[in-house]
Amino acid sequence: MELIPALSYLAFFLVFAGIFAVMALGLNLQWGFTGLFNVGVAGFVAVGAYASALLTGPPEPDRLGGFGLPVLVGWIGAMVASGIAAFIVGVAALRLREDYLAITTFGIAVVIQLVALNAQAITGGPFGIQSIPKPFADALGAGLAWNLTYLGLVVLVLGVAWWALDRLVASPWGRVLRAIREDELAAASLGKRAAAFRLQSFVLGCMLMGLGGALYAHFVGYIAPEDFLPVLTFQVWAMLIVGGSGRNAGAVLGAVLVWAIWSVSGGLIRGLLPAAEQARGAALQVVLIGVLIAAILVLRPRGVLGERATVSRHAAGD
Amino acid sequence: MAEGGGAGPILVAEGLAKAFGGPRVVDGVSFALQRGAITGLIGPNGAGKTTLFNLVAASLRPDAGALHLDGAPIHGLRPDQVFGLGLGRTFQIPRPFPAMTVLENVMLAPQHQQGERFWANWIRPGAVAAEEKRNRARAMHWLDFVGLARLAQEPARVLSGGQRKLLELARVLVAEPRLILLDEPGAGVAPPLLEIIMQKIVALNQAGTSFLIVEHNMDLIAALCRPVMVMAQGRLLMQGTPDEVRGDTRVIEAYLGIEAA
Ligand SMILES: Nc1ncnc2c1ncn2[C@@H]1O[C@H](COP(=O)(O)OP(=O)(O)OP(=O)(O)O)[C@@H](O)[C@H]1O
Ligand SMILES: [Mg+2]
Repeated sequence: MELIPALSYLAFFLVFAGIFAVMALGLNLQWGFTGLFNVGVAGFVAVGAYASALLTGPPEPDRLGGFGLPVLVGWIGAMVASGIAAFIVGVAALRLREDYLAITTFGIAVVIQLVALNAQAITGGPFGIQSIPKPFADALGAGLAWNLTYLGLVVLVLGVAWWALDRLVASPWGRVLRAIREDELAAASLGKRAAAFRLQSFVLGCMLMGLGGALYAHFVGYIAPEDFLPVLTFQVWAMLIVGGSGRNAGAVLGAVLVWAIWSVSGGLIRGLLPAAEQARGAALQVVLIGVLIAAILVLRPRGVLGERATVSRHAAGD
Repeated sequence: MAEGGGAGPILVAEGLAKAFGGPRVVDGVSFALQRGAITGLIGPNGAGKTTLFNLVAASLRPDAGALHLDGAPIHGLRPDQVFGLGLGRTFQIPRPFPAMTVLENVMLAPQHQQGERFWANWIRPGAVAAEEKRNRARAMHWLDFVGLARLAQEPARVLSGGQRKLLELARVLVAEPRLILLDEPGAGVAPPLLEIIMQKIVALNQAGTSFLIVEHNMDLIAALCRPVMVMAQGRLLMQGTPDEVRGDTRVIEAYLGIEAA
């Protein structure tokens, strides 16, 4: 096996795993730490991807934008856009019963995907958005050097997100989230306003999903509505469950594990199945991951890594 | 503000009523709690005492009636708001956060924690750490007081029924409310410890905290509570000193389940 292509593929694989890890961290904040059942991950990822693409892309005559802004501005804009979308959804849905959040977020994600498909003047419709700028590509070209550089960027973003979340969940704020999740009435009787904390967690988590979408857009260089189908939500959920919800390390580990299984099984299906059976083979991937989730839930219900009893890092035993 | 902290009653309830689809469980209850008093609330099982607590603490919404804490209306507020105004409560059946440590169950309760604003944990970590240190010391003080200090790092789910009651007590005390509602604080607590807790309630009371205590243990009521209110079938029967209450035929009839004439 030649070294350069292998390294290049490894970088490619790790970039995707890292991007998924950012999304899984966002979902972990919502589900693992708050108990919010968000099944619209793909929708918030899409909002971030499109927002960054519009903000940073070159001007297009028959479409809104692009505004040619720096990539960093696009990434921040992605988080802001997903955050605003999450705020609107959250204010409407979080006051309802728990299970309604699932229905609402699922519906929102479908709507966002349909908007992406049909609002041609903004999103480019079914063709999506091309020529999304790749940071440093002018200087580095499109080869291994660029892949490694982008991997560095993704690792940096992932590291910052992980650090920021670790600070958050191992804090008095995280303690309130945990209390609300365990007994909302008791938490309220101790002065904690559950609705406000839930909304904060939901918005922050969705901002990370939007950031993940932006990272994806600038790595691949083009986005289209079919990048944000419900299977994306399924993948991120699988990562969180396999890795262990309630631990940030679990979310990241799950992202790497599930993406590895997904990539290897996808490669096998492409290699082994005749062309006519490829579509059915893709469904096999979902089944495979589903079996993995079921096995994990039976063998290790809290995932590969579980949850600790101490929340705030200031309250640990000496 | 003019009425706050004055000499008037700390809590006034007028015409509180609650039904759960059937007959009224709390049926037009009005009372005023004296500031600085330990008021007792007794009555047979099912009289509506816990339901009345839930109405006062906003865990339940009354069908009718008004509530004023220090002269300010609190009916219609959420439970977290009522607690923020200084009205704390414990539950008859304790509600610890089972997967959290005993210590953090208590550290949760202090109000206005900076670290509960998510951004403070990023931009003011030093201030949050210092605040947590103070909260931890306060929490350990109250855990020590209820005799749970050695279990501080255990998850609350390992506690026995009586220990859970004690944890709830520590949890509400650490927040230093001005009025505390205790729903059967003595149930399941061993006598020597109960003795200490009663002394501490008296000490807190002398420092200015008002109490409303539901309890079936008449010794505890007689030792602590002036006055005592008696509730039966959703209504307040009478109010008086423990001796007056114990000697009253209506109260005896209510406890024996005889229809009052
Ligand atoms: N959520 C509810 N739904 C229906 N009925 C209820 C509910 N809560 C209380 N009740 C009824 O209201 C009545 C009063 O109950 P409550 O718990 O207030 O009594 P209590 O005076 O606290 O009794 P105890 O001394 O046994 O604790 C009981 O008949 C009870 O069955
Ligand atoms: Mg009761």
